[in-house]
Amino acid sequence: MGEDGGERKNGFMKGALSKCRQADRILPALTVVVIIALWEWVVRIFSISPGVLPPPSRVAAALWGLAKSGVLFDYTVASLFRVTWGYFLAVAAAVPIGMFLGLWPLGRAVFNPIIQFLRPISPLAWIPLAILWLGIGDKPAVFLIFLAVFFPMLVCVMGSVAGIKVTYFRIAQNFGLTGYRLYTKVVLPAALPEIVVGLRITLGTAWLVIVAAEMIAVKSGLGYLIVDARNSLRMDRVIGGMVVIGIIGLALDRIIRRLETLPSVRWKRMQR
Amino acid sequence: MNKIEVKGLYKAYSDKGRRINGYDECRLPEGSTVLHDINLSIKRRSFTCFVGPSGCGKSTLLRIMAGFEHPTKGWVFIDGMPVNGPSPRHIFVFQEDGLLPWMTTRENVALGVRDIKDSDERRRRIIEYIELVGLKGFEDHYPHELSGGMRRRAEVARALITNPDILFMDEPFGALDFLTRLQMREEMINVHMMFDTTILFITHDIDEAIQLGDQIVILSERPTNLRADIPLAFPHPRDFTKGGLAALRRDIYFQMGIHTAL
Ligand SMILES: Nc1ncnc2c1ncn2[C@@H]1O[C@H](COP(=O)(O)OP(=O)(O)OP(=O)(O)O)[C@@H](O)[C@H]1O
Ligand SMILES: [Mg+2]
Repeated sequence: MGEDGGERKNGFMKGALSKCRQADRILPALTVVVIIALWEWVVRIFSISPGVLPPPSRVAAALWGLAKSGVLFDYTVASLFRVTWGYFLAVAAAVPIGMFLGLWPLGRAVFNPIIQFLRPISPLAWIPLAILWLGIGDKPAVFLIFLAVFFPMLVCVMGSVAGIKVTYFRIAQNFGLTGYRLYTKVVLPAALPEIVVGLRITLGTAWLVIVAAEMIAVKSGLGYLIVDARNSLRMDRVIGGMVVIGIIGLALDRIIRRLETLPSVRWKRMQR
Repeated sequence: MNKIEVKGLYKAYSDKGRRINGYDECRLPEGSTVLHDINLSIKRRSFTCFVGPSGCGKSTLLRIMAGFEHPTKGWVFIDGMPVNGPSPRHIFVFQEDGLLPWMTTRENVALGVRDIKDSDERRRRIIEYIELVGLKGFEDHYPHELSGGMRRRAEVARALITNPDILFMDEPFGALDFLTRLQMREEMINVHMMFDTTILFITHDIDEAIQLGDQIVILSERPTNLRADIPLAFPHPRDFTKGGLAALRRDIYFQMGIHTAL
């Protein structure tokens, strides 16, 4: 009897949990639907001119047009290409340099003023120099993304490595972990949870910056799509471009969030 | 020859975190001295317990002996050689969590057998030591998935698997509940009989020291000196409520400043 009750209770709990999970998925979708409906309704009710605020139906039509002509795909690829290169180059440079400086207080003292000085300068302020040095095209855009990711990432890696508990280094010393083993078995895993947070934040920044950079420095990409649409007064395309940028940003964040569930990253949150 | 000799050991921390290089003890800033002229001899295969008031420098003394920190003045000799750094032959069991939290029990214990080349032999040994400390079935758990006592045992397994010459243990069971602690004590006595290891063991529990030690070192308040260095030649199991051990226990409590008969 007792077992039976337990079973039923368990079943009930499972039901409630799965309902909860379903609600987690349904509610956000519902919010989106409501907002779109409201938007359409407001535009119609107040008969707002599509030159000021196009309704979602027009935006969708504009996006469909862009997608059919292949422009949307090409521009998305162009933007992602620049972000990918800039991001990976910056991370590949910032992680080893940050680990090195994190473990070397003297080096930190020497380079920190430079890093701290360059860090608060918006990557967009570099646009004139980037174009002057690298011309028009992918290179200046990749360079700007690099700047946008490199400095925050460097500071993040440096800080997380410098903050590693001294006990972990003593364990490493005690068991004779030296050279690259010290880095792969102790330094990197100990700093990884904070590095992953940095990776996630800087990917968001990179996506923010690419759009702005493309508005000025290049003639392709989602940022350019928006400027181009504005110049021809196509607000439906402007908003369509914004929607695509938002969706891709969300997707990038989703992908990088996967990293946070890896066991080698999760340990820090699970402690205590 | 004694296993460990500590001669005229001083340790001071500067207030601003600067290292003090001056060898002249009079020039050290007032109040910064932690260890003040420590002299000790520890026999091979002995079990030495360190007791003393909180903050007196027990951990500091052990860290210096293990080579993690340098003395301001004085020497530590192990097997007649001055200590100048940590060694995989001298394993330290830390006061707070000393497992690497991103590694499973198996991976943590495996740190101790990196010198075994044959991977089957290595795996066999790891399993053997995990079973020895009663953690069978928890090989692939992360430290945060283990209880406090299990974590200590995993750390002890990682230390023992290296077959260490010296085992430094800094209040390893301080955070455990009473019963688990008694169990761990029992296991330490077994370990000491089974292995050819010199054990240095910090505890704040005088009864624990009396039950475990062949030698009890009592440290004073800061600036810390030896208050007493007591050899204990009583067989295990020890009952400290009777006979000579009871008298000794009263005496140690007295030396620690507890004057009423408890
Ligand atoms: N890195 C340091 N810098 C400055 N002072 C320190 C440092 N490490 C320890 N001390 C001081 O040295 C003294 C001894 O510290 P230690 O950790 O050795 O004490 P302990 O006897 O192990 O205490 P407990 O029983 O509480 O663990 C303390 O008073 C502490 O303030
Ligand atoms: Mg201590």
